[in-house]
Amino acid sequence: MDLYHKDVVSITDFSKDDIEGILDMAEKMIPYAKGEKIKRSLDGKILGNLFFEPSTRTKLSFESAAYRLGCDVIDVSEMSMTSMAKGETLADTIKIVDSYCDATVLRHPHEGAARLAAKFSDHPVINAGDGAGSHPTQTLLDLFTMRQSKGCLDNLNITLVGDLKYGRTVHSLAHALTKFNMKITLVAPEGLKMPDEIISHLEENGCKPVITEYLEDAVSNADVLYVTRIQRERFPDPSEYQKVAGIYRVDKVLLEKAKSDMIVMHPLPRVNEIAPEVDEMPNAKYFEQAANGVPVRMALLNGLLGGEF
Amino acid sequence: MDRQSPVKEVRLTPIRNGTVIDHIACGQALNVIKILGINESNIGSSISIGIHVSSNALGWKDIIKIEDREIDEKKSEQIALVAPDATISIVRDFYVAKKFKVHLGEHIVGLTRCTNINCITNKGEPVLPEFKVESKYPVQLRCCYCEKLVNNISDNLL
Repeated sequence: MDLYHKDVVSITDFSKDDIEGILDMAEKMIPYAKGEKIKRSLDGKILGNLFFEPSTRTKLSFESAAYRLGCDVIDVSEMSMTSMAKGETLADTIKIVDSYCDATVLRHPHEGAARLAAKFSDHPVINAGDGAGSHPTQTLLDLFTMRQSKGCLDNLNITLVGDLKYGRTVHSLAHALTKFNMKITLVAPEGLKMPDEIISHLEENGCKPVITEYLEDAVSNADVLYVTRIQRERFPDPSEYQKVAGIYRVDKVLLEKAKSDMIVMHPLPRVNEIAPEVDEMPNAKYFEQAANGVPVRMALLNGLLGGEF
Repeated sequence: MDRQSPVKEVRLTPIRNGTVIDHIACGQALNVIKILGINESNIGSSISIGIHVSSNALGWKDIIKIEDREIDEKKSEQIALVAPDATISIVRDFYVAKKFKVHLGEHIVGLTRCTNINCITNKGEPVLPEFKVESKYPVQLRCCYCEKLVNNISDNLL
């Protein structure tokens, strides 16, 4: 797939070959992402970073990726600091920002915002998370981390645990996993289970997930344990949050029941779902996963903006 | 004591001029009326509605006869959302001048709202909702913006 001038809105827009191609390019980017080599393939380009919801890793890794390639960044971090606070539509905001830069990264609280932004932009739009919808670049870096650790993506056993209802990272990831024939186990409490339509999508694509509420039962065969935070901010009712907060915890005792080479991933931020004692274990890959945001986003930016590499 | 005369059975009678919408999925006649925008301020002529009428093709169906009004073909796509087998006959002087089946395309724009309240199309942006038709029997729409399936189309028609 030629990425030049494409939008990155949903992982469903990408085929297995497209994804593998981006991950191959991200592999080449690693020494540049670490600053060991320098190439300013996007010199003279400007990236617009619009983050209307809080973000640390996604925002900073996009900025880092852009700067590593010589691309400048203009950014907005709060809706209250823009004309949207005065009632301007997202469509108008995007048209203006689009006229100031060569590509726009958008995080927004409403589902479908990135698709709308793409409609009103002449330049590429990259979805950096839209409400409980999609987070395709997180999915790409998740897959990159799995491939890096396990050698390939096909036929892995993966267990997704935590907030599977509101967690956009797991929604995007689940769509991508079917392309690699992975065996999926879903672990969530009642009320935070994976939405039915994503289960249907998995089944239509030949993957019948195992569904359970018990994490202990789901780790023994896993190659990858993908943990997510139960997100307080997605709960309309705080008492509902309290019922499920802290229900799953990954610690050394749990990992004794797992395969020795099972990797533990987390899109971060974590609260208490992974004990700090796990951080030093070879299974812990979540900090590498966060670091991989830079080479993966470099690969995307370079492709979308036509950098020579 | 006077005997009351037996109640005369009333059937939907043929119309002289107007539109007959037949083979409506059972229970959807009132939604079709809503789609046509017929209400107390513009009713103007007689409308006969048959609900749960025996049908050879569908088992049970609804049927609507609207006198002195020819409905716009553009409405047929919206009717197809709730009644994908419906047929529309334009009647002139008791004869069927034109007959067609409603048609639901692969992609529809602006006929219904997305039922995801957090979808950007429900937030005052200058766009019409757009949907990919994933299934016609039953009608299933997926929002082109938030990618969610639409629930309860008939309550969210625009």
